[in-house]
Amino acid sequence: MEEMTKETPLAPAENDCIIELVDLTRVFEDDGMVAVDNVNLKVKKGQFVTFLGPSGCGKTTTLRMIAGFDKPTSGKILLNGKDISALPPHKRPVNTVFQRYALFPHLNVYDNVAFGLKLKKVKVTYETENGRQFTKVEKLSKADIAEKVNRALKIVDLEGFERRSVSTLSGGQQQRVAIARAIVNEPEILLLDEPLGALDLKMRKDMQLELKEMHKKLGITFIYVTHDQEEALTMSDTIGVMKDGEIQQEGTPLDIYNEPVNAFVADFIGESNIFSGTMTGKRKVRFLNKTFDCVDDFEKNEKVDVVVRPEDVVFADEGQGQVDGTIVSSIFKGVHYEMVCKIGKTEVVAQDTLERKVGEKVSVVIRPEDIHIMAKEFTVNKYEGYITKHNTVAFGDGEFACDLTQLYENSFLDEEGYLITAEGEKLDLTDTDVEVEVGLKDIELVDVDTPEREGGAAGNIVSIIYKGDHYQVIVRTDENEEDYVCDTEYTWNENDRVSVVIPRDAIRLRLKEEVKR
Amino acid sequence: MKTKKIVSYAFLALVLLFVYAPILVLIIFSFTDAHIIGQWHGFSFDLYVRLFTVERLRNMIVNTVVLAALAGAISTVLGTLGAMGIFYAKKGWSKSLQGASNINVINAEIVIAVSLALVFSMLAFNRTYYSLLIGHVAFCTPFVVLSVIPKLKQMDPSLYEAALDLGATPAKALFKVVLPEILPGIVSGFMLALTLSLDDYIITSFTKPAEFDTISTYVYNAVKNTAKSELPAFRALAAVIFAVIAAVVVVLNIRANRKTNKKIIENKEIKR
Repeated sequence: MEEMTKETPLAPAENDCIIELVDLTRVFEDDGMVAVDNVNLKVKKGQFVTFLGPSGCGKTTTLRMIAGFDKPTSGKILLNGKDISALPPHKRPVNTVFQRYALFPHLNVYDNVAFGLKLKKVKVTYETENGRQFTKVEKLSKADIAEKVNRALKIVDLEGFERRSVSTLSGGQQQRVAIARAIVNEPEILLLDEPLGALDLKMRKDMQLELKEMHKKLGITFIYVTHDQEEALTMSDTIGVMKDGEIQQEGTPLDIYNEPVNAFVADFIGESNIFSGTMTGKRKVRFLNKTFDCVDDFEKNEKVDVVVRPEDVVFADEGQGQVDGTIVSSIFKGVHYEMVCKIGKTEVVAQDTLERKVGEKVSVVIRPEDIHIMAKEFTVNKYEGYITKHNTVAFGDGEFACDLTQLYENSFLDEEGYLITAEGEKLDLTDTDVEVEVGLKDIELVDVDTPEREGGAAGNIVSIIYKGDHYQVIVRTDENEEDYVCDTEYTWNENDRVSVVIPRDAIRLRLKEEVKR
Repeated sequence: MKTKKIVSYAFLALVLLFVYAPILVLIIFSFTDAHIIGQWHGFSFDLYVRLFTVERLRNMIVNTVVLAALAGAISTVLGTLGAMGIFYAKKGWSKSLQGASNINVINAEIVIAVSLALVFSMLAFNRTYYSLLIGHVAFCTPFVVLSVIPKLKQMDPSLYEAALDLGATPAKALFKVVLPEILPGIVSGFMLALTLSLDDYIITSFTKPAEFDTISTYVYNAVKNTAKSELPAFRALAAVIFAVIAAVVVVLNIRANRKTNKKIIENKEIKR
């Protein structure tokens, strides 16, 4: 029981970092899925940090590792500079607010909140008459517990609910009990796993502000997990945007909104126009068939992604701005109008309080500082594969017909399927390792239920990002989670099951090493 | 419309009559001391008096109840532990273990009885009270497992984690959170084990020592050998058992009703 006593807090580390994740990785044993992949993060004492990402991005697993419910496969979790990754949850000075509250149904509100306190042991120092000191490990007294519970219930605005059974409380009230139950233990870190997910919109907005207020009042570190970007922007000091178990970007809400590092972050945080562009010179970028001045410096001729937030797109009268187009839709959203302007084949979304009527010819103005340029995440799909005995190529959890003659100049296939080189040599290419490249535009997606067009591989759509005139879709296969990134004009939905079709000539092959003859 | 109602009530009455008529007849005839059922020798409490005064009868009743209580308690502990073991085992294991446990629930009792007898003989384990107890526990435990596992499945898995998170050791989390949560399953498992043990005949007769009798083995012997038996007293015993069970069911129903009423009232208060 002695280990239950709370140690005196260690002197804060030099960098006043309360928690530090070092190369944290979690692989699930049963399916080999990498839930968290080499995450590094430092959290400063007293901060409000949010892990933000779509479901399945590893944010909850990261939180569970900090709480101690999941053990990291590799890497360390440092609390005040000390590795706690082997410490069981009941010995960690952190408390969790669970997604579905996890209140104990057989206890009333008071006993739920007092649960942790009743288990707590503290060191009390006594002085005997002759001045000698001794310390005893004792439980908290009933009065102490009552005082702490009442204070916690006051913080969450639930005075007078002590004797109520938790099953008679509303979602919002249960939420408050869960928070009180966690903060009453005075943890160094409070972990919150999508705590507002089960509440309705109005309640959620109120609780967001209340939580932020509570964070200020308590002064302890909050680590928050959510998939709601607005929630993250409203409450956090620091946001870590996660995808596929990796932190894509870490920074203040403003940084992440204004300077997203890639198209995923730009698309996930707020609304955005993402265009494919090319650098045409120093701080000059060409997109929408027009060259714009910008403030980001990239190498000339580099293919880039250009992000423009809808509120930064300004309409001028026809001919007065940088590039002309036609309004194709306009929706009143309360404070502003959301309008779509078609320029050539590309759509530009704009938000403005001034309405432009559908069909009106306008001119778009974008200021250089509102153009954010990012390196392109994907330019081509690359795989490692091998030639099968049917002279097809297997890669990315699939098998595709391909043109083998591209491997040797002026070669051809004989009737038996052997490759004859220009020198007349006969090669058996079965099991030869090759590097495969497929362009983003060369991949065609078809519904899996289209039997006449069976693709070489099949998977589910895991991501869709709209880029002005096309969608960038990522299809992930089941077996080895291979990704096919593809640019398409057609609309798909996330989680659609599709078959990947690649024309024979679009598969570019390169030998990994010279084939033995 | 009216005839429809009459027909439906009549049907209900018929079904109830079918189910309860034999019991009613039994209860009526428990208040007469005639040796042959169907004869009425005037009203008397004689059978009830005999039930509690004839030593052989009293012993047999006490034996049965004590055995059932012991077997019920032991198999409840074993079954609850087993259910938790099965539930928290790795996925593949969990399914096959639960299957293995369920086989004994469906299995013919005679198979269990014969195999128990065989094992006891092989180990040269004499028929004693302990062999009988072991037999009952082996028979009842899978039923307890069966009634506890659904409660574990219904439980929010975060509850255990929440207890750990608040500083409880795994043992404390088990006793303070998990056990109270699955208590209804444990209680119904205990009741099931109790009733199974109370009226078991086959396993008892295969594992009991010769001079020991429970109600069911005694009745069986008495029926075979009616001359000097205390068979009529069993009419009184059956009436008592029926009265006890009816009382328990009524009390449980009243309590359940009160609970839901209380909840409705509390909810109304919140709305105000």
